[in-house]
Amino acid sequence: MGGICAGISKATGIDVTLVRIAFALLGLGSGIGVLLYALAWLIVPLEGEDTNIFGRAVHDRRGIRLVLAVIPALIVAQIIASSLHVGFVGSFIWPAFLAAGAAVLIWRNADPDERLWINRDLIPMVRPDRDPHSRRSLLWRIVLGVALALTGVVVIGLGGTTAAALRPIGGALLFIAAVIVIFGPWWITLVRDLMSERQARALAEERSQMAAHVHDSVLQTLALIQRSAEDPQRVIALARTQERELRSWLFDGRPPVTFSDEATTLVEGVTVLQRQVEADHEITVQAVIVGDCALSDSLRALLDAGREATVNAAKWSGEDQVSLYAEVERDTVMLFVRDRGRGFDPGAVPDDRRGIAESIRTRVQRCGGTAAIRSRPGEGTEVELSMPRRSPAA
Amino acid sequence: MSQDVSSTPRQRPRVFLVEDHAVFRAGVKAELGDAVEVVGEADEAAAAIELINERVPDVVLLDVHLPGGGGRAVLDGVANEHSEVRFLALSVSDAPEDVIAVIRAGARGYVTKTISGPELLAAIYKVAAGDAVFSPRLAGFVLDAFANQGSDALGRPPGSLTGLDHELDQLSPREQQVLRLIARGYTYKEVARDLTISVKTVESHVSSVLRKLQLSTRHELTKWATDRRLV
Repeated sequence: MGGICAGISKATGIDVTLVRIAFALLGLGSGIGVLLYALAWLIVPLEGEDTNIFGRAVHDRRGIRLVLAVIPALIVAQIIASSLHVGFVGSFIWPAFLAAGAAVLIWRNADPDERLWINRDLIPMVRPDRDPHSRRSLLWRIVLGVALALTGVVVIGLGGTTAAALRPIGGALLFIAAVIVIFGPWWITLVRDLMSERQARALAEERSQMAAHVHDSVLQTLALIQRSAEDPQRVIALARTQERELRSWLFDGRPPVTFSDEATTLVEGVTVLQRQVEADHEITVQAVIVGDCALSDSLRALLDAGREATVNAAKWSGEDQVSLYAEVERDTVMLFVRDRGRGFDPGAVPDDRRGIAESIRTRVQRCGGTAAIRSRPGEGTEVELSMPRRSPAA
Repeated sequence: MSQDVSSTPRQRPRVFLVEDHAVFRAGVKAELGDAVEVVGEADEAAAAIELINERVPDVVLLDVHLPGGGGRAVLDGVANEHSEVRFLALSVSDAPEDVIAVIRAGARGYVTKTISGPELLAAIYKVAAGDAVFSPRLAGFVLDAFANQGSDALGRPPGSLTGLDHELDQLSPREQQVLRLIARGYTYKEVARDLTISVKTVESHVSSVLRKLQLSTRHELTKWATDRRLV
């Protein structure tokens, strides 16, 4: 409550929950825990402050007088109790008194923050709201609770002859019921407050994460775009990269896979291919994928060949767009790379370009696939690749 | 997708814009220029339905994500009164569930907002002429959605268990061929040449695929669309 448990656990290294449980047990046992807690609250200064509440309380004459004034009343109460032979009242009346006294002093000398907290969370426990309805319900709760508690006490006291073990348990249950009836609503409000507080915190966290992401990627890109306003191609490339990144973050809930080694499925592999070619060459890769499957070594080879074909199109076609189509069939994966650019005559290609075509072909053939390249001058080029889904070696 | 615009003899199509981003709306209007007649615009569903029913444009450019019920609300709100109004859906995302949802609600085409001005114009003319606009991506979605239609998990032909209409739940081999070529980046004209059929035949195949997409009772379609998130 006052942060005592947290303080202790911080100082000793014991888990805060354990400390709390210990205090709660001590408090239930005799009230000594409550007293200890209140004392600690008095003595231990707030983090970052050097005066403690106790220091201030010593100078609070009125408060001390107020507390001392109760002592005669307590003595009278104890005399009555002992004359009635209810000894146990005496055993916890003093700790209870000290705890109450300490509480009064804490209240009077707490700093504004703590006072606000006490006002909000503790006072409603003992003081009904202004609302007459809830005041009545509190009254009923107290009456019912006290009745239950008394019954419980009586049952415990009578515990004797028959069903000896059951009686005290029943009594204890009644007593617990009484506590629940009286304090239940207050406790529920507390829990509800706690939960809404936690939700608000989660929301704030998410928002700050979002802000961080927007800052890291979107704002950076916008800055880059402003700086490269002279170079439309670069602006387009930047905007395209950012769009893809933002999209996969928004719709797929994950950052895009960046390296081909990390891709585990065909869809991921094609996406990486697309990103890299678009980033390195000023061309739009229009990718369409039908179906998906896990990437094997031979399918990676297929993607590598597809990348080469795409880069080839970017370099030679003279177009700003290339289509890439991948389809997963039952036994094979097909990959088409097509541009509508200048094309060439496959029968009469210069050696450098023949080299590229050969390298694409050998890549896929080595893994048991096939490649066909169709092109005619002025009508673009299409590379058709296919790869069996199971590598022949396996 | 540079279809030849000139083959459409009719006058300038009357176009209505439904789009909640004013900047984008202005951009589209500037790009379309004089090639179409923009008869109105709206930035949310209720106003759009009212104005479209009043002015009855040839083509509505419809943003999929729209305040007040989204593009679907507009499609539904207009279809009852003026079924002759044709819709071309525009979206920032290629999310399959968006695509499938608007097509099934009656849109005759789907393009993303990154489309170039001339391409958008070509798409508008095609929709105005009653054809379907299938981008490579949409063709890919449809192939994917109707994929493995030869049999279900137990090897039964589709519909054998549920008694669904076979015709609507399958693509003919020819339609699959056409869609595959479109997905590979072919224009309708190139598809026609590759398959040695006329452009009109390609268009009728595409329209028939669109109808199947709209009427198919395959519940997998919706499931497929929500399951699948790609690129």
